[in-house]
Amino acid sequence: MKYLTEYRDGSLASKMAERIKAISTKPARFMEICGTHTVAIFKHGIRDVLPEHIGLISGPGCPVCVTATRDIDKAIKLSRIPDVIVATFGDMVRVPGSESSLQKEKGLGADVRMVYSTMDAIEIARQNPDKKVVFLGIGFETTAPTIAAAVVAAQAQGVNNFSVLSCHKLLPPAMDALLSGGELDVNGFMCPGHVSTIIGTAPYKVVVAQYHTPCVVMGFEPLDILQGIYMLVSQIEAGEARVEIQYRRAVAPEGNPNALKTLDRVFEPCDSPWRGLGMIPKSGLALRESYRAHDAEALFDLDVPDSGEPPGCKCGDILRGVNTPIECKLFRKVCNPENPVGPCMVSSEGTCAAYYRYSQV
Amino acid sequence: MCVAAPMKVIEIDGDIIRAELGGMTKEANLAIVDERPELGDYVIIHAGFALHRIDPEEAKITLQLWKEMGVIDEIPD
Repeated sequence: MKYLTEYRDGSLASKMAERIKAISTKPARFMEICGTHTVAIFKHGIRDVLPEHIGLISGPGCPVCVTATRDIDKAIKLSRIPDVIVATFGDMVRVPGSESSLQKEKGLGADVRMVYSTMDAIEIARQNPDKKVVFLGIGFETTAPTIAAAVVAAQAQGVNNFSVLSCHKLLPPAMDALLSGGELDVNGFMCPGHVSTIIGTAPYKVVVAQYHTPCVVMGFEPLDILQGIYMLVSQIEAGEARVEIQYRRAVAPEGNPNALKTLDRVFEPCDSPWRGLGMIPKSGLALRESYRAHDAEALFDLDVPDSGEPPGCKCGDILRGVNTPIECKLFRKVCNPENPVGPCMVSSEGTCAAYYRYSQV
Repeated sequence: MCVAAPMKVIEIDGDIIRAELGGMTKEANLAIVDERPELGDYVIIHAGFALHRIDPEEAKITLQLWKEMGVIDEIPD
């Protein structure tokens, strides 16, 4: 990226940290709601350079981590149908369902393929006309438009053996659910830059208006994050709450209208189950009736029981910002990246995986 | 999986571009990008799609702000 060096420069980071220290007098806790932020904060030691009274906590920002066990069980059920190929993004393969994982099913002979893009899944469908290719659609507002565009392409090109199991999630309704639950003690949100590349700032304005909690849309380089924290601290010090964009080089207030149009053409909001947060109204995306031919929910019998979450696993509490991984009895002992019990340890962006890799505790 | 990387456009073929970052190249689809990039532009790529053309002027404005804050001395060319 142009000017990338500056955004990563360590000596500039310490100057920015000094600026934060110079203006910060009030204790505050900020929640990051993006797995990429979680990893960047650990990787660049950002917690260590902040004043002691500024705390950072991780929220429900990893799409793999928030996918409900029941939705994984649905994908596993699909993978057991003889003429079905399940295509998915990498991390999903290893997430444990209630009694198996896509990886285990693959070992037992299921046709499960990892893809980088939904367009790759369409190509698999084209090359296997006698099979049914189901793409496991997960991700937030950044990813969902790419899957919508692929569904539009599949329909236009007559790729009729391609469908999507939509487990997409929308972030602002989750923030609303976290704040209305009353157990979350945060003074500001570090909003994910790439989600706002698509949605802009409007959905966060609702959160700010209702809960008087500042929101700053941040980029992912160390200086982006520090400047974003500086902006949050400035609001706290002034007793203000508004939405600001730190990541201006990639985010316009109105987002990406072209992507939003494609998203709206294919999907409509639906109630959706989140791991740890339960059912949140209008926080998911279902395919519209006009794309029923590409909707796995409509094409297959995906009725599976709701089995809840693995015993002892605190992923749900960690996603709600109530506990840190260190407070989970399974962390490092039973649960590690080689043998993950819950999704927060599976995903490279999961809070548990980040703590495992970067914290010494 | 949510990593969306800013990459430099090195090839454009209809609605498909090839972009580069640190020696790694990726193909991306332009179906949902907000503003069609030209060769040499930087775009944010996610899951095989270009999402956004990076605005170099806005990048410069951020650097200008850092200069005012005393974080940097000079804005690079």
